[in-house]
Amino acid sequence: MKPDEFTIDILKILEKDSRATLSQIAAMTGKSEDEVQKTVALLEGQGIIRRYKTVIDWQKTRLECVNAYIDVKVAPSRGVGFDDVAERIARFPEVHSIYLVSGELDLRIIVTGKTILDVAHFVSEKLSTIDRVQSTITHFVLKCYKEDSEIFGEPSDDKRLPVVP
Amino acid sequence: MKPISHLVKSVPPSGIRRFFDIVAQMQDVVSLSVGEPDFVTPWRIREACIYSLEKGYTNYTSNYGLLELRKLISAYLSKRWGVEYNPEKQVLVTVGVSEGLDLVMRAILNPADEVLVPEPSYVSYKPCVMFAGGVPVPLPTTIETGFKVTPEQIEKAITSRTKAILLSYPSNPTGVTASRDELQSIVDMARKHDLFIISDEIYDRLTYGGCHTTMPSLDGAYERTILLNGFSKAYAMTGWRIGYAVAMPDIIEAMMKVHQYTMLCAPMMAQMAAIEAMKNGSSESDEMVEEYNRRRRLITSGLNSIGLDCILPGGAFYAFPSIRRTGLTAEEFTERLLMEEKVAIVPGTAFGECGEGYVRCSYATDTDSIKLALERMSRFLEKIGAAGSVKATRRE
Repeated sequence: MKPDEFTIDILKILEKDSRATLSQIAAMTGKSEDEVQKTVALLEGQGIIRRYKTVIDWQKTRLECVNAYIDVKVAPSRGVGFDDVAERIARFPEVHSIYLVSGELDLRIIVTGKTILDVAHFVSEKLSTIDRVQSTITHFVLKCYKEDSEIFGEPSDDKRLPVVP
Repeated sequence: MKPISHLVKSVPPSGIRRFFDIVAQMQDVVSLSVGEPDFVTPWRIREACIYSLEKGYTNYTSNYGLLELRKLISAYLSKRWGVEYNPEKQVLVTVGVSEGLDLVMRAILNPADEVLVPEPSYVSYKPCVMFAGGVPVPLPTTIETGFKVTPEQIEKAITSRTKAILLSYPSNPTGVTASRDELQSIVDMARKHDLFIISDEIYDRLTYGGCHTTMPSLDGAYERTILLNGFSKAYAMTGWRIGYAVAMPDIIEAMMKVHQYTMLCAPMMAQMAAIEAMKNGSSESDEMVEEYNRRRRLITSGLNSIGLDCILPGGAFYAFPSIRRTGLTAEEFTERLLMEEKVAIVPGTAFGECGEGYVRCSYATDTDSIKLALERMSRFLEKIGAAGSVKATRRE
């Protein structure tokens, strides 16, 4: 069933600011706190809201951290396609995201590690050795410009005059 | 030295100028006093302008504006509101609605002609009438009537010199919108007394929960209406200074004559950006409207809960609560709130005498600032002994 407008509104508010309180969401949507609470609980129960997270520009912390995009060629198998291999890869904690994509290769994985060695180790020891994984191409991320709709860089200041009729 | 023009001298200075100077010098002010979007112009629009500059589009255009843009404006009005305008003869691209307003006054007014202006109203309306040699006749409204003029009120104000009525829905500063029936009764009055209708619909896309009614779509309105609109609010393009006027060909030609000799044409780069806005900007515009809608409910329920009676506005991005229960004048309230709690809002009196007892709070600002401003306003009300809460939010 497709969610109604009120539900979509709640999701959009929380996607932008996971700290929005029930009373604020109620005010913003024009519904009661009870209704908001019920809907949020339902969305959590249905697994539509997975968790409440924060977008962090780790580059600014200067902590050592490496991200890599790894494209994987997989031999599909009758009945399951790529699903079983993808699910197997997804279980590794180093794997941040994994997608089945169109194009030359089949799976695209985002892997995070502390150092390049960590990622190299994961690719050579874990990923490449999985049955039906035929080849991999690893792209290390050099710099992040935008993530989760957030442009990383200097925060933009308000250029408007303080009072405008 | 000889004195400056009597006419210009007779126009009072802007009511918010003094206030502006104070705010500009203060630090850490939470501002709900800005009448323009807090969004930056969508990137696709800025990028289209940059590309046009790279390609060397840096010339004069037709006095009327680029035909491509006029065609898009005409198509938008037809598709969205069902009103038809010939892009060759009935559309004039202006330097914002501000210029359109000046042009229309100069095009239609003879000295001492009267223009009816429902108030509270946008600050430029009366001065524009006066600069063109006309006489503005304010029609005061209050929160009790939802800040709307009645046909009786119009009829009472009409004299043999009345030439036009200037309307703006959704309204700056009150945020109110008008229903089709309400507008029709005004149109009927304009027909009866043969008045021009100048309709500033700059906030047409910023309506919530109800559909906007464009003036020329009403029975008997088309021939006498000059519709002014622009890109500033819907596409967050205030600084581009780009708008348009549509009307019957003879009126547009008269307006074009003034425009031709004073402005020549709207800046080409702004016109190129407006073309992109018209072609591909609607989804970004719709997203901004969704966001304003959430803030609108947040601020209105917040104001009512701290004790400031406020209509849930149907459009624009302003809430216009009453501060009468505080016993302070609008200026006192605004100034003390600024000095004591560092929240900037605009006194209702900046928008006409009948704005006394109200303040304008713009919600074209992020929700965190709105929340913070409400907390500080609540503290201020407690301090002056006017805390409380208004039970139900007024609906328009």
